[in-house]
Amino acid sequence: MRKLLASVFVVAMMAGCPAAYAVQPDEIMADPAKEARARDLSRELRCMVCQNQSIDDSDAPLARDLRLLVRERIATGESDSQVIDFLVARYGEFVLLKPRFTPHTLLLWLLPPLALIGGGLALWLYSRRRANNSGSPTDPSRRLTEEEEARLERLLAADTPDKQA
Amino acid sequence: MIAEAGHYALVLALGLALIQSTVPLLGARWGDHALMNVARSTALAQLLFVAASFTALTMLHVVSDFSVANVFENSHSMKPLLYKITGVWGNHEGSMLLWVLILALFGGLVAAFGNNLPLSLRAHVLAVQGWVAAAFYLFILVTSNPFLRIASPPIEGRDLNPVLQDIGLAVHPPMLYLGYVGFSISFSFAVAALIEGRIDAAWARWVRPWTLVAWIFLTLGIAMGSYWAYYELGWGGWWFWDPVENASLMPWLAGTALLHSAVVMEKRNALKVWTILLSILTFSLSLLGTFLVRSGVLTSVHAFATDPARGVFILLILCLFIGGSLSLFAWRASSLKQGGLFAPISREGALVLNNLLITVACWTVLLGTLYPMVHEVLTGNKVSVGAPYFNLTFGPLCLGLMLAVPFGPLLAWKRGDLLGAAQRLTAAGIAALIAIAVLWAWTWGGATFAPLVIGLAVFVVAGAMTDLAERMALFRVPLGVAMARARGLPRSTWGSAFAHAGVGIALIGIVCETTWNSEYIGSMKPNDVAKVAGYQLKLDGVTQRQGPNFREMIAQFAVTLDGDELRVMTPSKRNFTTRNSSTTEAALLTRGASQLYISLGDTNADGAIAVRIYHKPLVLLIWWGPVLMAFGGLLSLSDRRLRVGAPKPAKAARALQPAE
Repeated sequence: MRKLLASVFVVAMMAGCPAAYAVQPDEIMADPAKEARARDLSRELRCMVCQNQSIDDSDAPLARDLRLLVRERIATGESDSQVIDFLVARYGEFVLLKPRFTPHTLLLWLLPPLALIGGGLALWLYSRRRANNSGSPTDPSRRLTEEEEARLERLLAADTPDKQA
Repeated sequence: MIAEAGHYALVLALGLALIQSTVPLLGARWGDHALMNVARSTALAQLLFVAASFTALTMLHVVSDFSVANVFENSHSMKPLLYKITGVWGNHEGSMLLWVLILALFGGLVAAFGNNLPLSLRAHVLAVQGWVAAAFYLFILVTSNPFLRIASPPIEGRDLNPVLQDIGLAVHPPMLYLGYVGFSISFSFAVAALIEGRIDAAWARWVRPWTLVAWIFLTLGIAMGSYWAYYELGWGGWWFWDPVENASLMPWLAGTALLHSAVVMEKRNALKVWTILLSILTFSLSLLGTFLVRSGVLTSVHAFATDPARGVFILLILCLFIGGSLSLFAWRASSLKQGGLFAPISREGALVLNNLLITVACWTVLLGTLYPMVHEVLTGNKVSVGAPYFNLTFGPLCLGLMLAVPFGPLLAWKRGDLLGAAQRLTAAGIAALIAIAVLWAWTWGGATFAPLVIGLAVFVVAGAMTDLAERMALFRVPLGVAMARARGLPRSTWGSAFAHAGVGIALIGIVCETTWNSEYIGSMKPNDVAKVAGYQLKLDGVTQRQGPNFREMIAQFAVTLDGDELRVMTPSKRNFTTRNSSTTEAALLTRGASQLYISLGDTNADGAIAVRIYHKPLVLLIWWGPVLMAFGGLLSLSDRRLRVGAPKPAKAARALQPAE
């Protein structure tokens, strides 16, 4: 535990998954296209004994097992989504680093765009309201205060005789 | 004796913080100058005592006094001196002590250089600093005392985590904390303004340099941490969307928004309420980050529940300060008068758009970081939110922001001309299109999206240069006149141009590294040759070496490019006996902004060694960008208006020192 709390960046990544060396030479598939697919899939799958590491990055034995499993399924000709379905059925949604769009993750996926739209809308309404208010003659900030009225009158009064002269 | 003295100094600092958090407030209420000035002396004395306490802990680590639990658990007598010192903050207790030291440092700086602040404002600001400080002294003394002794001292320590035995630990946490904690000043100013119920353009001018200092340090701290992770962790990643990283990114995003909204407030007296709210939120996110990292809640909700003392304490601090300041905000914000009006298309409008996008981006990071925890507490099910989620949500927001960045500085205050700004950006747009075309032709059949994003980044950089060129009327007046005008430009103009260009440059690095990264993974025996991106790397041999507290296996690679010998690269693997753990020391070969990267894996039974080699094109731009941003911040900090200080109605103000 103490180790986990130890430092700000690096240690948290390392906890549970020490030396950082992921895909081993003996795991690589002969077909480069399939290997590329396996790598892409690995990046979206979580090593479940680590903290926030994909199985592509993790050195934990479990991650190696998962990498081999992914490659095994790909070798048998399964599509990417079939591999993912298989892993989710086996390990649960927790294995996905990119959570699926389900009722559980509705808020997760919808809140960012809603925040953007809501924020934009609020700003638009606010600026319109302020623009309208300041345009209307009843807006207090557009009217002169009594002090200003008095000053204006004094200035005008002082101005008039000059012009007549 | 040293440990007890350090402990006692910390208790005294707590006492001083308690005085600082109450007496000046009473002074401000009664209009008593002497009582208000208490804040100044207590802030300085507090700094003295915390510094003494920190020095005591450092001495204990340097002399390897294993009768102190903290030293025993994190040090080793054979550890090099540098790591004995940096090991002070390489653990929970010590890093909290560093946290309060920096808090006291900022308080002391306000006390020492805040002579031109109105007396009551300074008293309020320092009192709020006192609250924060008192809460964290209590936290350290009650739950995380670094000075605890062991009844029967062991003969040798357990050593520091090997990953932390790196120069990165000397620089990264202090920088990061200078940023995190630096935002406490803008927080204190905001709360003080709410208590006083008074806020004006001068307030923004006082707050801005402090925010800028914190932002500069946080920018460099995050970049430094990212580079450290890149070379130390051994698989060449530089950002992982780890909750710990997100904890530092969120205050940075909020702080960036705050810097921009404070400009509007200072120049146009608008967005006051929003600026206050952002100041509160920025520091709240710093506190949240401290909670996330220090409470253990990240590892698992259960770990947090089994050893809750620390977590609950920080959670209490968090609720107290965030809840308290937001309640105060809700109560007092309406008393703040609204400022100047502006059209949607204007500099203010552009800065509002900046704030909208950055705040939503920050919110996205917050959501992704906390969602798994909240979800698990509420439903008991575990979900993961990782890099793919953030790339999909945070990414587009950033790209949208980038598109808007060059327009902002070209729009006039109050009412801007979008078409005019677009016309002046024609050259930048053409530069971006050329970049896209060239890249498409060059990488024909490859990535389609990456050249577009690089074009966008070029647009941002060229847009920043356009802004400068426009202001000095380059090519419209004789060169000499333009140069004279360039010298006459405010430093903050140069600063924002550099910072914006830095964003673009970092983006170029990010796209190049992620798109055109090439790698080689394989087992190699001596005299084997690996080919990566045109380079040939021949494994010459493997040697063993004994370090001060580790054994090391070093491999020599001779690197050639088109037959030219370049250099020998020596990646290694270190084995630390005390903790029985190992680290990979990657070897880096820098060519321009690109790097070759080798890290070693395990040795097979037949003597072959697992090797991972990367070529990372333009990877260094990822960190040069933030350095440029920080440099821009520094230029802005040296702007005349910040040096001269805020205007004062009556008396001539004494010069405000730059906050360094």
